[in-house]
Amino acid sequence: MSETLILTKRWPKKDPSLVGYRADGGYAGLEKSLGMEPVAIVEQVKASNLRGRGGAGFPTGLKWTFLPKDVRPRYLCINADESEPGTFKDRYICEYDPHMLLEGIAITCFALDIHLAYIYIRGEFAKQARALEKAIEEAVAAGIFGGPKLLGKADFPLEVHVVRGAGAYICGEESALMESVEGKKGYPRFKPPFPAIIGLWGKPTIINNVETLANVPWIVEHGAAAFAALGAGKTGGTRLFGVSGNVKRPGVYEKPAGYNLKKLIMEDCGGTASGRPVKAVIPGGSSSPVLRGDEIDISLEPDAIKSAGTMSGSGGVIVMDESVCMVRALARIAMFYAEESCGQCTPCRQGTPWMWKILEKIERGEGTMKDLALIEQLPGNIMGQTICALGDAAAMPVQSFVKKFRQEFVEHIEGRGCKHGETAWGVSRQAREALVGGNRH
Amino acid sequence: MSHHDHSTADRGPQEIAELPKDKVARFDAALPEILRRVPPDHKEAAMLAALRRAQEIFGWLSPAAQKLAADRLGASATRAEEVATFYVMYHTRPVGRHVVEVCTNVSCSLAGGFDLFEDLKGKLALENGGTTADGRITLRQVECLGSCGTAPVMLVDEEMHEGLTPQSVTQILGGLK
Ligand SMILES: Cc1cc2nc3c(=O)[nH]c(=O)nc-3n(C[C@H](O)[C@H](O)[C@H](O)COP(=O)(O)O)c2cc1C
Ligand code: SF4
Ligand code: FES
Repeated sequence: MSETLILTKRWPKKDPSLVGYRADGGYAGLEKSLGMEPVAIVEQVKASNLRGRGGAGFPTGLKWTFLPKDVRPRYLCINADESEPGTFKDRYICEYDPHMLLEGIAITCFALDIHLAYIYIRGEFAKQARALEKAIEEAVAAGIFGGPKLLGKADFPLEVHVVRGAGAYICGEESALMESVEGKKGYPRFKPPFPAIIGLWGKPTIINNVETLANVPWIVEHGAAAFAALGAGKTGGTRLFGVSGNVKRPGVYEKPAGYNLKKLIMEDCGGTASGRPVKAVIPGGSSSPVLRGDEIDISLEPDAIKSAGTMSGSGGVIVMDESVCMVRALARIAMFYAEESCGQCTPCRQGTPWMWKILEKIERGEGTMKDLALIEQLPGNIMGQTICALGDAAAMPVQSFVKKFRQEFVEHIEGRGCKHGETAWGVSRQAREALVGGNRH
Repeated sequence: MSHHDHSTADRGPQEIAELPKDKVARFDAALPEILRRVPPDHKEAAMLAALRRAQEIFGWLSPAAQKLAADRLGASATRAEEVATFYVMYHTRPVGRHVVEVCTNVSCSLAGGFDLFEDLKGKLALENGGTTADGRITLRQVECLGSCGTAPVMLVDEEMHEGLTPQSVTQILGGLK
């Protein structure tokens, strides 16, 4: 079966140049857009069922219609922060096909009457930031944008710049991202007002993920119906799923939005590297509730996976086989959120390190059943009580791990320690080394 | 011992006038390229980029280096300090000639990242955040680097090294002068 590939089609060429992109028909979508009414482009994106790929899955076209009619200037921010553990897809768009993103940005700006766009990329992606800078230089030199006209045709000045972050997960949150673009520390803002109303420098601002906008040229070129048909339910198109952990073939897979999670792991990725049964899967980045190995025969479409009590979030799938200690894995995730909390809200500032410390205590074999009761209660004290969704993101894995693997936590307490000992992270590394003769890339 | 003790020697230059003139000139020469990306009425938006450049030039962000960035953007020193201390990639204490940052988040640790970091701590006789006595390497553990498919990974002076093995780590570190 030949699958339609939108985003990864050009990756194997490793040719991010403008010449290469154009030779493959690039910027035809922008060309076509310039002959359309801007509102018609927005309608297309709405009808395509494109939903945000940054985590929340919000309908993209709908978000765009929230811009107030007569306030100018408006801004576009492109979220290339990609810091949710388990997520590693946007970086490859920036690296292997930056012009696809730039074309999506140009079309979006034309459709929304935006003349200044900032690509906010996490500071650790130095190489990807250079790739984007180079692509922007090429596009400007070729007169695609950056001058008074788009593609030398429509009168439409457009500036696109890269802003590098400097190491802070919270800056992926849209309001913290805007603070950071403004040159400040990344403190999330209260919402409402939402960025579409009051955003960057107090002006209406649209924020979309890299993968989201990279789909826009294809939608304009091939039509909303074709895009919608690729997906499932209310989610159109394909999605990039980044699979990591204990699988034979980790990597990014472009699949229809309604693809089956088990098929992705067992067939596309070849199953576990160790050959042992799958014990647990985190299906959409570290904040998404964990699934047991016997719960993964489900669709990854955002609405469908919700009925399984979890989310496909940022598309980061982390696979753990039977050799991994769930207490260890959860303690590490809890540490992440404790370290990344910005500290503005008390429940998050105090709750996240507290959860981490208790989990470490249980892991060391020093926990009590009272600690377990506390760890079952704490997430509920954080959820819904904070300025931004990091609080929920920290609470959800704790809640789900303890619920799904409660017996393991009890065993740590009763057995006064981890039965895995030194190998709490499992045998993935050894299994992969046996498989491919060491890590390769 | 790491440089993370808060002795006065480590506090570095306090005022712009104490900074080496040639380096200040280099920073000023880099400013137009930084300011080109922000609206003229929002110069302070360039704070992250200005601090990054200052760090590249001065090695770390001493109070004086922070003040320099703030001064040139028309922002307060407090604002520069707030930003410099918020983001983990800025060093507000001196660091080694090379900064080695190993990811120990879940996907990397499943692939041996945690063990690599522990090994390195042992080999270099450092705790997390410490610097070798010869000032060659500062070692830290960091969060997910967005490279989980090629785990385990580490950054060396902002360059990503993927698919690490104990052997490749030894080789990469051996190449650091
Ligand atoms: C703590 C936190 C971290 C986030 N990190 C990212 C990120 O790294 N990349 C991203 O695209 N969205 C991230 N988001 C989601 C953004 O806030 C926002 O919803 C998204 O960029 C919107 O784009 P989309 O509608 O195209 O998905 C994060 C949200 C939260 C609460
Ligand atoms: S929930 Fe946490 S990260 Fe978000 S604003 Fe509050 S303290 Fe900061
Ligand atoms: S967990 Fe190490 S790069 Fe993602």
